[in-house]
Amino acid sequence: MSETTRISAPWEPERYELASAPVYRFDLVRRDFFKFLGAGVLVFSVLKQGAWSQESGRARARRGDSLPGEIDAWLHIRENGKVRVYTGKVEVGQNVRTSLSQGVAEELRLPVEQIDLVMGDTQLTPFDMGTFGSRTTPTMNLQLRKVAASARDLLIDLAAARWQTDRRHLVAVDGKVMDPITKGSLEYADLVKGQRLAQRIPAEDPLTPAASWTVMGQSLPKLNGIDFVTGKHRYPSDQKLQDMWHGKILRPPAFGATLLSLDSRKAEQMGATVVRDGNFVGVAAPSSGLSAAAIASIHAEWKSEPQPSSKELFDYLKKNTGDGTDLSGDGDRYDVGNVDEAFASSGPRVQRTYTVSYIAHVPLEPRAALAKWDGDNLTVWTGTQRPFGVRDELAEAFRMPEDRVRVLMPDTGSAYGGKHTGETAIEAARLARAARRPVKVVWTREEEFMWAYFRPAGVIDVVGGVRSDGTITAWEFHNYNSGSAGIRTYYEIPNQRIVFHPARSPLRQGSYRALAATANHFARESYMDELASALKMDPLEFRMKNLRNERLRAVFQAAADKFDWGKQKAEPGRGFGMGGGYEKLGNIATFAEVNVDRKAKAVKVVRIVSAFECGAIVNPGDLRNQVEGSNVQGMGGALFEAIQFENGRILNGRMSQYRVPRFSDLPVIETVLLDRKDLPSAGAGECPMIGLAPAIANAIFDATGDRLRSLPLVPDGLKLT
Amino acid sequence: MATIELAVNGRPCTVEADAQISLLTVLRENLDLTGTKYGCGEGQCGACTVLVDGRAQRSCVTRAENMAQKQITTIEGLARGDQLHPVQEAFLEEGALQCGYCTPGMILSTVALLSRNDHPTRTEIIDFLDGNLCRCGAYSRIIGAVQKAATRLAKSNMGKDAGNE
Repeated sequence: MSETTRISAPWEPERYELASAPVYRFDLVRRDFFKFLGAGVLVFSVLKQGAWSQESGRARARRGDSLPGEIDAWLHIRENGKVRVYTGKVEVGQNVRTSLSQGVAEELRLPVEQIDLVMGDTQLTPFDMGTFGSRTTPTMNLQLRKVAASARDLLIDLAAARWQTDRRHLVAVDGKVMDPITKGSLEYADLVKGQRLAQRIPAEDPLTPAASWTVMGQSLPKLNGIDFVTGKHRYPSDQKLQDMWHGKILRPPAFGATLLSLDSRKAEQMGATVVRDGNFVGVAAPSSGLSAAAIASIHAEWKSEPQPSSKELFDYLKKNTGDGTDLSGDGDRYDVGNVDEAFASSGPRVQRTYTVSYIAHVPLEPRAALAKWDGDNLTVWTGTQRPFGVRDELAEAFRMPEDRVRVLMPDTGSAYGGKHTGETAIEAARLARAARRPVKVVWTREEEFMWAYFRPAGVIDVVGGVRSDGTITAWEFHNYNSGSAGIRTYYEIPNQRIVFHPARSPLRQGSYRALAATANHFARESYMDELASALKMDPLEFRMKNLRNERLRAVFQAAADKFDWGKQKAEPGRGFGMGGGYEKLGNIATFAEVNVDRKAKAVKVVRIVSAFECGAIVNPGDLRNQVEGSNVQGMGGALFEAIQFENGRILNGRMSQYRVPRFSDLPVIETVLLDRKDLPSAGAGECPMIGLAPAIANAIFDATGDRLRSLPLVPDGLKLT
Repeated sequence: MATIELAVNGRPCTVEADAQISLLTVLRENLDLTGTKYGCGEGQCGACTVLVDGRAQRSCVTRAENMAQKQITTIEGLARGDQLHPVQEAFLEEGALQCGYCTPGMILSTVALLSRNDHPTRTEIIDFLDGNLCRCGAYSRIIGAVQKAATRLAKSNMGKDAGNE
């Protein structure tokens, strides 16, 4: 009975961030790359068959294409020696424009300033599923490095041919190929001049090992940082075109409402273009003020249905699970050993229930899109983590072939998993078609709160069986709705039953930084502390006793050392706690110290120590920035962020009503980075977040004896109730 | 419609617009100064911060019409040619940004703070900047950048004083 039963593969379990392939897809016309790029040397990489569903490319050969359709990255060395790299990945503040350039510079032996990254442009860059799931560093960085290494070899070949010498003693350094014997050198620009060479990378090309890195592994500043501190960079909402109008959408009073009647005569009298298309009502006008006034002048009647409220949310989720017939998704289930037998022979079953509220991403730049039609061709500039996905949405919405739609993604004012969809792009395009001119739509903060989507709420039931010596023997874990990312336990437990139950969500839900890993780690790591407390064992010792994964043990130990775990005595109102785990190929342990004012019952997080390990570090400065940022952002969901709703309306959908972490919430944050040069580099945007909520909850318990099992922990003005 | 006269980044400009129009909309839409950002529309996030006669002000809740006779500085007006303002330099050097959308507002708030308090404590920095949100959570680094800029400005002021003697 000890055999593992895997009913569905939990490798990448996140249903909320995997986009299904479009229903139909038209082949692109053949591209003449050199006509399109200019002369030079082109190097590209092709994904292995079958990799497309997990990685960046799509394994589809297109007849007639000059290059295979499953290309996932390419690089062009131009005649002036500058290098242009094309990737479908996008920049939303995680600084991959810099880290990917570092990878190319490292392998191509070229100053990083010589590299220009073209990102997220569906006409110029290879197909990419999207920038999510912390995949850019482990996959795209590796692909681009392979392409760059191959390009370097090709340049050496060209030099060897030019000099009629053996390539093996030639080296590439600083944008030149050199012959150490003759001391001759040739600039890359000289080597590629007049060339029209296209080469697929060889299957196995050795990459520079991390121990020898000179550009990677360095804390390079943000490459185009100067454009950001001077206000020169144009985000999607800053885009502008000649004769552009401003669009505005008439929002229904509740989710799912249907339009009964409409009177838009006043808006038309103001000179606005008014569009009514089914439930879609929007206007376009020469200024944003006029479009807002035009929308305000419209009289509309809507019909809406009663809907669940946040007060009854958790009951609702448990009553509306996958037992129903109309829910998509089979759930994920993981069974090891025999849980029922193990519980029968262990002590009393203590089941605990943890809950997690819906939260909003609140990207500081709301969704924005600028759309322009040229005849039957559509171009849209928009902030999205999935430019190709948005292109497909547009093609579907307007019933047109994909090759007539181009989506461009200027570096965007953050996303955190919140910008996977293309509503704003579709709205702008619909209005632009009617107005016969470019139209920009920028959502207001209120629209962003109400009409985007949320991190899924959830209910998690946990029960564990443990021997008096601290060995966990049985583990049962049920997650309702919030998701299956990070649902599996990394503690060694012989009998496990772990089930994800999809549910009917009252609100539109979707991806969010770290996904359900935050909820699942909160429940698991809180319950671990509950077990340790029942056994009167030290929480660190208890974890270590049940943990064999060396990488995870290492981060727990490193954080404990930095935190001085066990050396500080808890006193009334002062508490210490920890949480940690493994997610998206990274390992995190987070320790927190809280003060609780006994009279005011107010909670203050005073210190956070995180130890993080994600393989060989590509950019230590940016990595530290990501870990600190994860902790700061994670404090919101841990302590006070929660969406309140009723009858299809968000009740706290403004910045003044929905609190996010501010300067004054900032604790002392210390970050320990473990650099494993022997391991492949992994992403860091998500994993560092997952240990924080349980660390704070456990610290509050340590300080007060109150066990808080709901996220957010202290929504009521940071007060224990 | 109203005729609104403004002095932005040292240049006078005249805008024909609705009398209710916000300073933020005039800057972004009429003057194409898009470095000033929209974040919430209710003065809660600080992304739209500009300097009005040297003081930090939320342009989204400021009526443009009331800004006549005042000197407005946006992020585009901070550098002197290619020479960045010391606060801009410090943000760049400290890597005090991720997506950068809050950065113009953060920088202008910092300039306003340092013009009144050339050696702010950590607590004073937190108090002054608490109305500026960074959703990426780069607060620690921003505090570091403010401190660095303060030190650098103090040194350059000392240099000026020495030069004057």
